[in-house]
Amino acid sequence: MTLRLDALSVGYRRHTVLTGLSAVAGRGELTILLGPNGVGKSTMIRALAGLQPPLSGGMSLDGADLTRLSTTERARRIAVVLTERVSPGLLTGRELVSFGRHPHTGFTGALGQRDRDVVAWALDVVDATHLADRDLSEVSDGERQRLLTARALAQEPDLLLLDEPSAFLDAPSRVALMGLLRRLATERDLAIVVSTHEVELALRLADTAWLIDAHGTLHTGTPQQLVSDGTVSAVFDTEQLRFDPVSGTFEPRERLPA
Amino acid sequence: MTAASTSATATATAVARAVPPSAMFRRVIALGGLFAGTGTALTLAITVGSVPVPLHETVRVLLGATPADPRWQVVIETIRLPRALTAALAGAALGMAGLQMQTLFRNPLADPYSLGVSSGASLGVSLAVVGAGTGASGFAADVAAGGRAGVVVAAAAGAGLVLSGILLLARFVRSPVTLLVIGVMVGSATTAIVSLLLTWTEPQQAQQFLAWGLGSFSGTTWSDLALFGGVTVAGIAVATSSAKQLNALLLGENYARTLGLNVGRARTTTLLSASLLAGAVTAFCGPIGFLGIAVPHAARRLAGTSDHRVLLPATLLAGAMTALLCSVVSQLPDTVIPINVITALLGAPVVIAILLRSRALQGVGT
Repeated sequence: MTLRLDALSVGYRRHTVLTGLSAVAGRGELTILLGPNGVGKSTMIRALAGLQPPLSGGMSLDGADLTRLSTTERARRIAVVLTERVSPGLLTGRELVSFGRHPHTGFTGALGQRDRDVVAWALDVVDATHLADRDLSEVSDGERQRLLTARALAQEPDLLLLDEPSAFLDAPSRVALMGLLRRLATERDLAIVVSTHEVELALRLADTAWLIDAHGTLHTGTPQQLVSDGTVSAVFDTEQLRFDPVSGTFEPRERLPA
Repeated sequence: MTAASTSATATATAVARAVPPSAMFRRVIALGGLFAGTGTALTLAITVGSVPVPLHETVRVLLGATPADPRWQVVIETIRLPRALTAALAGAALGMAGLQMQTLFRNPLADPYSLGVSSGASLGVSLAVVGAGTGASGFAADVAAGGRAGVVVAAAAGAGLVLSGILLLARFVRSPVTLLVIGVMVGSATTAIVSLLLTWTEPQQAQQFLAWGLGSFSGTTWSDLALFGGVTVAGIAVATSSAKQLNALLLGENYARTLGLNVGRARTTTLLSASLLAGAVTAFCGPIGFLGIAVPHAARRLAGTSDHRVLLPATLLAGAMTALLCSVVSQLPDTVIPINVITALLGAPVVIAILLRSRALQGVGT
């Protein structure tokens, strides 16, 4: 019961961004997507979310071919938090989150009792119940990010995709968000794929890591495997910093003895 | 009380309602007030005019009885009632179309004419007028000779031409902003051709075109109204039924797609109904400016929400009410002021005031 990529190529008509992507993200697991800027993480997330068709190869969720799903069916199974800024105007937090029920509601989008329960749960689980009646123009970027995550959860997806969700967050909120995703994956039996630059934190919390190197090659495994076989170091080490496999943090390179 | 139980209480309360009571109250008040205001404006539009008709005689005519002076029946049945209905329909249509465009393009400056529909109509009318002057084109001469009907046909043809071009482009252009810019360019180019045509034409004919450009709710016959009303009601019905789609589009096209919306189809439907509404108004009343951009902002402020399930009816009523009031003011005793003069002169300060009192033009991607 998983998300499975099989020799997937993503990109644009005249420009292939990533090719030969084969990986698995299990349900109940937090999968992190790491890699340098501009390597194609967002393009990959967009392709998985159905926002751009894959160039070749296959992707399936619980055995169902994702490229063949209807837009509505896909929306019931996959929810996404994108990096783009959302400013829908005069809406309360709850109204924003309730838009996540669209794939499940009828022609008018009217909410039933169960829809309202799900919205309340989603607000509660991201700790945003106090934002429910606030106007979106009055909330901070971090609070807005939490509401967008709640909106995605209100879709009740099997697969949750997040593209750099911690970009606007302060340090405590970043830790809290990763912790929340970790807990949701287990409790709701969700497959969660999150792209992030929080390498140290993510490696510590994730079940699976997808690591794209500067050449566009995807390495997969548990964080421990990728750390101990030197892949993490190969991708992220710089002239000044190196990843220390023992402490799991980046440290200054030791000065050469004089 | 512990943090956990506070949260549980909050959740339990949250389950019971979708909108806080204060916001719900405001929405009910706003819609109720707009409904009453539109009714009042409609009454004013029928009872006030250049020829004084006693109120009870007006009521008699509306009820189908014969008034003391038979001329009053003519005034009310063939002038005021059609004019009031035209104004109400035109205002509602422009408001709805403006709202659709602002949401689709997530741009507070978008209006029903952003894609050049009114420029297309202008081109049609100016061609007809010039054609009538030079006798160069048999068709155009016929159109202008047909008087009002000719103008309506010419405007509709011009608007339809631009609309088809834009809809065709919308299939290939991915970014809404690009489409908007293309629309503005097409509009400018079309306006340039109109200017060229007018410099080549006789002053009397140019005057006819300028009069059309000032906008008017008068002169609509009952048979005009049957067509105009039919098209307008159809366009409004499409707009009203797309509330859920427009709500999804508030989050941007990408999020809308991941919510299961067929964005391409939603875009075509929205552009089609907005342009149909704007095109119909332009054909029958001329290019009525300002209402399409201002009414949605005012309605959004009044209702205090961007939720289209509330905003669409609020815009419909606000548009009808505003156009009716403009129509009443234009019929001051002893003079007729062009509609476009009133919409801009009276409307602009009102909208500026509304906007200055609020923080920003919210609700349209700003």
